[in-house]
Amino acid sequence: MTKTILAIDGLAAGYEPGAPIVRGVSLAVAEGEIVTILGPNGAGKSTFIKAIAGLVPKFAGGVTLDGRDITRSPAHLLARQGLGFVPQTENVFTLMSITDNLRLAADILPRPERAEKIDAMLTLFPDLARQHQLAAGRLSGGQRQMLAVARALISGPRILMLDEASAGLSPKLVGQVFAKLAEIRHTGITIVMVEQNAKAALALADRAIILVEGRTAHAGKSADIASDPVIRELYLGVAPAKGAA
Amino acid sequence: MNLQFIADGLIMGALIGLGAIGVTLTYSILRFANFAHGEFLAWGTYFTLALASGFGAMFGGSGTIGALSFGWPVLLAGILAALLTGLLALVLDRILFAKLRERGNAIVMVMASFGASMALRSLLEFFFTSEPAYFSRDIQIASPLGLGIRLTPDQVFLLGLTLVIVIVMERFMALSPTGRAMRAVSENPVLARVSGVDVDHVIRATWMIGGALACAAGVMLGITVQIRPFMGFDLLLPLFAAAILGGIGSVPGAVIGGLIVGVAEASAVQIVGADYRAAIAFLILIAVLLVKPSGLFGART
Repeated sequence: MTKTILAIDGLAAGYEPGAPIVRGVSLAVAEGEIVTILGPNGAGKSTFIKAIAGLVPKFAGGVTLDGRDITRSPAHLLARQGLGFVPQTENVFTLMSITDNLRLAADILPRPERAEKIDAMLTLFPDLARQHQLAAGRLSGGQRQMLAVARALISGPRILMLDEASAGLSPKLVGQVFAKLAEIRHTGITIVMVEQNAKAALALADRAIILVEGRTAHAGKSADIASDPVIRELYLGVAPAKGAA
Repeated sequence: MNLQFIADGLIMGALIGLGAIGVTLTYSILRFANFAHGEFLAWGTYFTLALASGFGAMFGGSGTIGALSFGWPVLLAGILAALLTGLLALVLDRILFAKLRERGNAIVMVMASFGASMALRSLLEFFFTSEPAYFSRDIQIASPLGLGIRLTPDQVFLLGLTLVIVIVMERFMALSPTGRAMRAVSENPVLARVSGVDVDHVIRATWMIGGALACAAGVMLGITVQIRPFMGFDLLLPLFAAAILGGIGSVPGAVIGGLIVGVAEASAVQIVGADYRAAIAFLILIAVLLVKPSGLFGART
């Protein structure tokens, strides 16, 4: 069996201790897997992933990354501990050039490795390399998302977490971003992604969990969830497939 | 028309600009208007004065360098005092602002900075009295530079020093990891944290740099005019006018803003009389806020 890289155990999190938004969610992510977190609006998907990333207070439960307890790690240390996070909005420094966005994230690496890692990202994202001195604020939505992913990848994380990477993108661009994620996965990086776009996410991910009101309502293989008409209709806002009434 | 006022305005503007760098960095990175920043100028100057007298007493005399009115004791004292002023800013943050920051209320921090300003100023009056002091009482001969402009050797040196400090600061912000981290926190603190930036380190760097540059500005004022406990407080409005005119967060903007405010004040003295000098910074501030709130080089309001 593949080893578990990220283990979340009974996580409760939110902004006020008396009113947790995430209420006891557990999830074990195997190395090299893509897991997507789905669910209706307000289910606590973003809060869940932000709590793992150290941006939302945790009230109970624990998180381990490759066996190391990171429950109390502050957000800025998680990048060094192997966790890359791409926020949903405002996920690039718009006033900085593409190169400076990458340099900033590379600054946590030992000095000799920095230039090499920046070059590696510009090779992985040739669109960014062509205009690397451009201010990130002038990039299109899709390019911005690519830069946000590159920024999170530069420190060489074991696990990449994305909060609605497809939000606001055209279907064509969603396809491009997800194709890039599939490519990244083949380099051995585990991916956890919160998604509204259930159809595209289920097509990419190996497994999915569905959060409803801060709790796990369903969990299983993406293919099973995608083909379950009840789940599709109840939680994912996807009309039942033809013939599956 | 005698153009001397432009030279005077540039000298004043240079030191306003140096002080405004701290204001603009604090405003953009810590997200509050620090009204105690003027006191850093005054404290830095008194630190320098005290250390310089100490060095003078220890090593004998207060020998001057070339045609300047001051010597190595003042320069060495200035460097140490810049460090001390940075530390003073750090201590003030630790005992006052850090606690308020956790509660996330910017208005409370602004009010607290008013209180800190009064306390710091009163301490200076207590230790040094409100009598003006001077680094040197020698009278310097100003040399004509053409167009009716005359500058003293001190003024030439201080303009040059400002230019060097501004270039170093601009390069530091553009190229160093700490400068990049400061820009990142200024734009988006959450993204900075997930990118691995230690925000506490950035806050410490901001106070150290702001304090040290305030000290440099204060010493310039002390050398060209005089040293008083109120010297920083009286400059507060021009400092904020310069920072906002230049665009919050922009280091070159703060200095160019400072030069514009300095020259505008000096011109006002020529045109409408010295009584209205203090109103000029205020008018510039209002005009910028009405016409272009993001300032000359700023990306946000």
